[in-house]
Amino acid sequence: MNKNLQEQVIRTSGVNVLKCMRCGKCSGTCPSYDEMEYHPHQFVYMVEKGDIEKLMNSKSLYKCLTCFACVERCPRNVEPAKVVEAVRLAAVRQQGNNHLIPDQIPDMLDDDLPQQAIVTAFRKYTK
Amino acid sequence: MQRIGVFVCHCGTNIAATVDVKAVAEALGHEPGVVISREYQYMCSESGQNLVKDAIKEHNLSGVVICSCSPRMHENTFRKAAAAAGLNPYLVEIANIREQCSWIHKDIATATEKAVILGRAAIAKVHLNAPLTAGESPVVKRALVIGGGIAGIQTALDIAEAGFEVDIVEKEPTIGGKMAQIDKTFPTLDCAACILTPKMVECSQNEKIHIHSFSEVTDVKGFVGNFSVTIKKKARYVDETKCTGCGLCTEKCPMKNVPNEFNMGLDNRRAVYIPFAQAVPKVATIDPNYCMMLKTGKCGVCSKVCSVGAIDYKQQDKFIEEKYGAIVVATGFNPIKLDKYEEFAYSQSPDVVTSLELERLMNAAGPNGGTLLRPSDKTHPHTIVFVQCVGSRCDDSKGKPYCSKICCMYTAKHAMLIREKYPDTEVYVFYIDVRTPGKNFDEFYRRAVEQYNVHYVKGMVGKVTPKSDGKLDVQASDLLANEQLHIDADMVVLAAAIEPDKTARPLATMLTTQMDTNDFFTEAHPKLRPVESATAGIFLSGACQGPKDIPETVAQASAAAAKAIGLLCKNSITCNPCVAHSNELMCNGCSSCEKVCPYGAITYQDKEFRMPDRTTAIRRVASVNPAVCQGCGACTVACPSGAMDLNGFSNSQIMAEVDAICK
Amino acid sequence: MNTFTYYPGCTLRTKAKDLDAYARSSAEALGIILEEPSDWQCCGGAYTTATNENATKLSAVRTLNAAKELGRPLVTVCSACHNVIKQTNYDISRDEQMAFKINNYLKLDEPYNGETTVYHYLEMLRDVVGFNNLAQKVVNPFKGKKIAAYYGCLLLRPSKALAMDDPENPTIMEDFIKAIGGTPVIYAQRNECCGGYITMEDKAQAAKRSGAVMNSAEDQGADMVITACPLCLYNLKKNSGSSLPVYYFTELLAEALGLKEANNE
Repeated sequence: MNKNLQEQVIRTSGVNVLKCMRCGKCSGTCPSYDEMEYHPHQFVYMVEKGDIEKLMNSKSLYKCLTCFACVERCPRNVEPAKVVEAVRLAAVRQQGNNHLIPDQIPDMLDDDLPQQAIVTAFRKYTK
Repeated sequence: MQRIGVFVCHCGTNIAATVDVKAVAEALGHEPGVVISREYQYMCSESGQNLVKDAIKEHNLSGVVICSCSPRMHENTFRKAAAAAGLNPYLVEIANIREQCSWIHKDIATATEKAVILGRAAIAKVHLNAPLTAGESPVVKRALVIGGGIAGIQTALDIAEAGFEVDIVEKEPTIGGKMAQIDKTFPTLDCAACILTPKMVECSQNEKIHIHSFSEVTDVKGFVGNFSVTIKKKARYVDETKCTGCGLCTEKCPMKNVPNEFNMGLDNRRAVYIPFAQAVPKVATIDPNYCMMLKTGKCGVCSKVCSVGAIDYKQQDKFIEEKYGAIVVATGFNPIKLDKYEEFAYSQSPDVVTSLELERLMNAAGPNGGTLLRPSDKTHPHTIVFVQCVGSRCDDSKGKPYCSKICCMYTAKHAMLIREKYPDTEVYVFYIDVRTPGKNFDEFYRRAVEQYNVHYVKGMVGKVTPKSDGKLDVQASDLLANEQLHIDADMVVLAAAIEPDKTARPLATMLTTQMDTNDFFTEAHPKLRPVESATAGIFLSGACQGPKDIPETVAQASAAAAKAIGLLCKNSITCNPCVAHSNELMCNGCSSCEKVCPYGAITYQDKEFRMPDRTTAIRRVASVNPAVCQGCGACTVACPSGAMDLNGFSNSQIMAEVDAICK
Repeated sequence: MNTFTYYPGCTLRTKAKDLDAYARSSAEALGIILEEPSDWQCCGGAYTTATNENATKLSAVRTLNAAKELGRPLVTVCSACHNVIKQTNYDISRDEQMAFKINNYLKLDEPYNGETTVYHYLEMLRDVVGFNNLAQKVVNPFKGKKIAAYYGCLLLRPSKALAMDDPENPTIMEDFIKAIGGTPVIYAQRNECCGGYITMEDKAQAAKRSGAVMNSAEDQGADMVITACPLCLYNLKKNSGSSLPVYYFTELLAEALGLKEANNE
């Protein structure tokens, strides 16, 4: 358990993970569930336990669509997507840890892909 | 010269751990007029009280100050002790050094200093205390029960059994409440109607009980032992004294498409209706929102078919006023509206229902005659998903923060009944926790799992998507398997949170009783006075005080009845002598006090006064009815001339306390 | 004439020119002047919820402040821009620390604390024009057309900040559809995510999400789907595998108002 990292993630997210009552509605509603190794309720619980590194090294960070379904439907107002975002930032803010680099972009383009997708991906995946 | 005794309580460590009680007793012993100052471990104990009594006799005390817990706790104890020792009980003052001092401070020096100041203020007040004598007022030997569900019914039966008259006011056309809509009861699975309807009949046959159905309380005046209540008897357009309940009108009425409230809108009734076969009173009611005769003046079929001439289209709302000694509130609950939970597709699919709707769907008197069919296409459902805690245990703007308490058990009941009757139907229950504290409750739930093979899944449904093939795609988490499930369901049943009936809030205002933030009535003490409200003479029965199942409701209903009977047994009750009075020489008749009085205790009269120049003049002055005044003190603050004063809390006493604190 | 400050955003300048052009011509026909500020920057596409992210919020604050200085409400069309700008506006009006840091950096003439009112174009239609008034100006109603409104996630959530409609049971797009003479189709997936930017690196996931949305709409009998978001349009068209047509809502608006031909000339 890494206390510093835990405090940093909790502060960055602005979420009180202790409000969670472990109902699992976030994971019940998450559209990316099957793509994730750790699911929204696990993000909340593992941050509460201080188990941050496992999350930081997981591809799950880049599968969250930030669609806020979990935030909207959480009965306890816990806002799991904000926890995922805080962990992802902790990961991509590390030196050389950008998940997306500009050189990859040309291969991803097609004629119709809106710019919006590219700027959003950069904002989510890089620092 | 005053001879005051000061008694400082340790309250075990409650006070003594943060307040240096010896130092407090020592300091207060030097206050003017104090002749004895003692501390003791438990002042409220027998020996503690004897300490006070002995000191009164030995030192011939003229006033007593107890430094202890809140006066709400033990003021009465010490007043009685003083009276037993021959001292007027209103010469006792309490300095609250527990709730207002030791419990909220951590630093001993600060807390001790504050305790001394609070004691000093009480001493300053007791210097000005005058002996007061409590008057008496008579008790009307009749009780009012508001709400005719199982809580109100049980309370009324018990009060009547004790020999007192009791009126039930029920807003619906029949008594019976929610229990009448329920099919079976947990954990015994006996038929709700079979055990409820005999009690309903008993109510109608008991000559001590009077049922005002289709009626509402619109005004409450008076006080404990002597309430004056206005009851609005809503026009039902049927003469209750003539109607025999034959039901012919309800069969002939041409308006066939009125949503049937009793069946949760799952089928239709006529514009003239009797809610259900065992209704009490069994009298028809015309719904003016749908009746063509009342809306357009054309039709009149019900009147033509009624052989006893009971139909009366000209009937008006009627207001009656009755006197009661005690009032019992039994206004019950409702499931919350689910419009904020559309992720479960409640408004998109008729096959997504609430648990109460399922009760009707499974009931022999329900829309399908007891055969469980999907509302959409009337086919037999093969997969049913139950969702727990919909709107309960929430910390958002949509739901309720509390556990609704009954859902775990009724869901186990539903699941079991379905598996019993339709073994080919798979039943899933999504739960956060299964809460089954109660006699034979956990065994009941385990039976659902072990004997009936109901699939209990720890997790929550996140989205329900209705599909054109009639199925519902239920997307949910299974936390123990760590996977997201998609279940192709035929029906989804939502355990909606329960909330107090909407009529409870305005009623609480009329009764001047307290409610919590969820609109549940607040009991006088959460542990020791669970069926009394903080307002004397108002008692609480059933789910209006908090979520409850039927056995708990009935137990509380009988407890509320016992409390009401205790009150009705008395011929008179002791009044609070701490009431307001007006100094007529100072009163200028401005009516300020009358306007702020919440109890209507102040009236004005013209009186003849001798003026300084020896003439006489007629002046309008305020006069307080001491039997109605509750001693709230609003008038003393409102009075611009200082004529209003409150016995036991006079302006000079309050100022003396303030001076002592600021010294 | 009502004048609003109008923020098109970068995608409406490039891949989603239709969304923009139809919005402008329709507004004009409805008596509304949309005035673009002299310069604006990309909103960033996504709002960063992190409490210690301020730099990524600056461009949205600049846009909001431009509207404030012009003394007019701000109108956006693109769902993503709308989401970023509204969330920024919501947070800066409540989070003193964030407001302090951002204002400290921007050194505006007057600090910005969330004063601007932000409308989505649909909100402008509902709250300023009025759907009843809009209905009266329709010349080519979509009679008999079953139209499925696709909200996605960005238009409604988080509802505290967006405050546009009920996040689970929205009606604004359905009311719009009724106003232009169509029949709205309610389907459960209308407020679920299309996959968004995941299309960049996981086509399979984007296909799964957008497929679920289109299946749900098709299943409920829709003839077409409308959206306010260029990325939603892309995913629903390119990744879903469905042949159900998808349009920008502004295109249908322009067509209903009889402006489409003029636009295309």
